[in-house]
Formats: sequence, C-alpha cells, structure tokens
Amino acid sequence: MDAVLVFDNVSFDFGLGPVLQNVSFSISPGETLVLHGAAGSGKTVLLKLALGLLRPVSGRILLFGQDVTNLDESEWYDVRARIGVLFQEGGLFDSLTIAENVAYPLLNQPRLKFPMDQIDARVARSLEFVELGHTLEKVPSELSGGMRRRVGIARAIVTSPELLLYDSPTAGLDPITANTIMALILKERDENNATTLMATHRHQDGEILVRYRWDKRTASLRPVGPGESTRTKYLLLRDGRIAFLGTPEEFDASRDEYVMQFASR
Amino acid sequence: MLDLLKGPVLTFQEFILLSGRAIRGVVRKPYYWDDLSIQMDLIGVGSLPVVILTGFFSGAVMALQMSRALQTYGATSQVGQIVAITLVREMGPVLTALMVAGRNASGMASELGSMKVTEQIDAMRALGTDPVMKLVKPRLMATAIVLPMLTVLADFLGLVGGWLVACILLGLTTTTQYWNSSWRSLEYNDIAQGLLKPFVFAIVLSLVGCYYGMQTTGGTQGVGRSTTQAVVVASVWVVVLTFLIGRIFVSM
Ligand SMILES: Nc1ncnc2c1ncn2[C@@H]1O[C@H](COP(=O)(O)OP(=O)(O)OP(=O)(O)O)[C@@H](O)[C@H]1O
Ligand SMILES: [Mg+2]
Repeated sequence: MDAVLVFDNVSFDFGLGPVLQNVSFSISPGETLVLHGAAGSGKTVLLKLALGLLRPVSGRILLFGQDVTNLDESEWYDVRARIGVLFQEGGLFDSLTIAENVAYPLLNQPRLKFPMDQIDARVARSLEFVELGHTLEKVPSELSGGMRRRVGIARAIVTSPELLLYDSPTAGLDPITANTIMALILKERDENNATTLMATHRHQDGEILVRYRWDKRTASLRPVGPGESTRTKYLLLRDGRIAFLGTPEEFDASRDEYVMQFASR
Repeated sequence: MLDLLKGPVLTFQEFILLSGRAIRGVVRKPYYWDDLSIQMDLIGVGSLPVVILTGFFSGAVMALQMSRALQTYGATSQVGQIVAITLVREMGPVLTALMVAGRNASGMASELGSMKVTEQIDAMRALGTDPVMKLVKPRLMATAIVLPMLTVLADFLGLVGGWLVACILLGLTTTTQYWNSSWRSLEYNDIAQGLLKPFVFAIVLSLVGCYYGMQTTGGTQGVGRSTTQAVVVASVWVVVLTFLIGRIFVSM
C-alpha cells in the first residue's frame, strides 16, 4: 500500500538562509512519526509544507500516493480535506463559538459536503471525545489554554481524516494537562487507526506514543503488550537537517552526542 | 542602492498580487454574505459619527476662512459656490477617506494581523476556505460600497456647516442664495470626480489594510507594526491619488 506522506529531498527557505535541507522520510498507513527538535529547528515549517501552506524550494512531497509538489491552491483543498491538523498557536477562530469552530471544516471543506443534519451530531460527538461537550456556545477566549488545545483536537478529528498532524500539542501546558492531551492523541490513533505525525519538544510525548495504547474497554491507557508494536518512528531535526531517523530503540541507544541530548538516559 | 529598492519593490509586487486575486474574486464564488454585511456595518455605521463631525466642521471652517477674502472682493454671495466645489471635489472625499483609513484600514490590519500570528489564517486554508475570499473580498467590497455613501453624507453636512457659518453666524449672504449658488456651481464633472475618488480610495485603503494584516510576522509586536504601516501607507496613497485623479479631471 502507498505511503500516506512522503518527503523526498525537500528543502525550504524564507529567503534568509535555509530552513529545511534535504529532508526525506515517509509514513505508511497506521504509522506514527514523532518529530523531535529544538526550538527553531523547522518542525512547524515541515508540517506546513505537508499541508501545502508553504511550498518547497526543491524536492518532492507526496500525499496519499499523489505528487502534490506543484498543485495549485484550489487543488490543495481536496487533499487538505483528508488531513486533520492541530496548530501550535491553536488557530481557533476567536470570533466563532466552540461549536462553530469545530463545525468549520465540515461546513467549508468543498469536497466533504456533509449533510447539514449530521453536522451538529458530529460536532457534539467530537467535543464529547475531548470531554468538552458542555462548552458548545462558549468562545475560545473563555477557555483555558489546555481546553483550547482540546478544542483544536476536536476540530482536527471531526472530519475523520486519514492523516493527523499535531504541532507541539503539549507546549506550554502543565504535566498533567499535557498527559491528558497525549491520551487524546493516542485515543484518536488507536480508535480510528489514524496515521499520525506529531511535532514535540518533550521526549516523554514520544515515549507515550511508543509505549501505550488506548484501551477502549477500560477507556484508559495501557502499556503495549509483548510482541505488540505501535509502529512508531522518530525523526530528529537539527537546524533544518535530519539528525536522526529510525526506531525509538535506536534513538535511545544512539551514541550520537546531539541525539543523546534528546533521548532518555 | 539596488538592495535598498528591493524591499519596497517586493512589497509592491506582493501587494499587486493580492489585489489581483481579491479583485478577480469579486466576480467569483464563493460569496460570504454574512461577512460582507458585518463589514458594511462596521465601516459604514461605525464611521458615521466621525464622518458627520469632520464633514460638518470642514464646511464650517471653509466658510469661515473664506469670509474675509470674499469680503475684500465684495464677492460674499459666492460663498456657497466655493464651499460646494472644494467639498465635493476634494475635501469631502479626502477627509472621509483619511478618517476611514485611520479607523478601518488600521482595524483590518490589526484584525488580520492577529489572525495571522495566531495561525488562524493558516487554519482557514487548512480547513477549506481561501482567506482572500473569506477575509479580503468582503472588506474590499464593503469599503467600496460604503465609502462613496459616507462621502456624499460628509459633502452634504459640510454644506450645512458652511451655511450655518456663512448665513447664520456671519450673515454673508442669504440662505436662498447660498443654496442656489452652491447647487448651480456643481457640474457633472465635479460629481463624477467626487464619487470616483472615494471609490478608488476605498479599493486602495481596504487592500492596503488587508495586505499589511496578511503579511504580519513576529507576534503581537508585529501586529502593532502592521497596523501603523497600514494607516501611514493608506493615508499617503489617498493624498497622492487625489492629486492624480484631480490632474486627470482638470485636463479633461
Ligand atoms: N514566517 C517566517 N519568516 C521567516 N522565517 C521564519 C518564519 N517562520 C519560521 N521562520 C524560521 O524558520 C525556522 C524554523 O521555524 P519553525 O517555526 O519551523 O521552528 P519549530 O521547530 O517549529 O520551533 P518551535 O519548537 O519553537 O515551534 C526558524 O529559524 C524560524 O526563525
Ligand atoms: Mg513550531
């Protein structure tokens, strides 16, 4: 089966020196890729390239088996309809209520064309999923940072996308809230078998994705059993270049000095 | 030297690109009518107080300042004509546009700017809407519809202000003569110029406001910078364009 997302030797710059250089990787259906890297290493830029919000200077990007490198904006909307995204800065529309925010992709993705009578139900279900069913009529400024992040997740998953992009979902949150957010990401991955690409600063976030699964029966996380795999890969960016790409085990065992700063000891 | 020019030229090129997309968008779907009516309300109704005040007092000031000169030549009966022509051709359109630039071009730049830095513009694109159609087009259309109307209102109130000063306060001329001379002095040409100008200003100042908003970078500080730039650039364009348009009409 085709890979969901492929970067083939992708480079990017804003006109002031390179931001990404010769980045290549691929994610297969059901796989999880954790994107590690220090602040400013290019994680957000990489995710925006994958969404067509920025265009690579060189190299190719493939999504769902289709070469999207030279799509024009109107063709991109069809591809983006299959991707869910949580932005680092939230990207919630602060002039709209929570319910309207979550309904936004259902109402506006030209290709999805959801029947109007199903929209409310889907929005409610998605907000239930993140345990915010009671906030429908609030506006984003009335919610805490962690709650806004959860609304962002509800909006990302409301269309049941095939690929999910999370940009630093735990940044700026306390450890407890951060773990709640990670549990939601796991829940979405394991209940709906979503292919996941997550950028993060925290090594623990990656470890949670590697070591735990969402158990639907008990509605909680459980450690992965022996012989079971979450099919997770790690990618470490250093100043726009790939410093590491491989399995979590290889990552933690790496002798590379730069990688060791990110790995657990 | 070339490096110095590179920045402004690039900015201008990007501005033209955005303008092209927004103006072409006017005749294309989708239309977000809700956003259009919200913007018309914000720009039109919201600017009423300031436009009423500036219109009224600019006419009053003009009559006041002209009174002495007119008395010297014994031409006080012409005060209506002078107020009408300067207001309709020049003062009404320019002052109204400057007020709307200060209120709304800045408002657009700061609103779109904060949307840009909080990734709401990226989110729009990611979730299936074109920000040019959803944000820029309604603002462009709303300003182009509303600014000429505001200008007509300012012109009229300016005439009223001039009348109050000329006839009631200073007794330069009679009410009938004031209104007669102002009405008869206006030619087709003046009216055309007086309506074309606000229409052109509206297009430029809304696009400038949106452009500086959409290209904001650098967090909240960046939003402040964009807002200031938008007001300055929009205001300068207004005074430059009024000269250029006036030049065309004079040579006609
Ligand atoms: N709009 C922009 N214009 C110019 N340079 C930019 C822009 N956005 C990002 N950069 C630069 O690109 C590089 C990568 O930025 P990016 O936002 O991808 O980092 P990041 O890995 O997401 O960092 P963080 O962990 O802080 O979110 C940085 O050096 C940044 O300064
Ligand atoms: Mg980032």
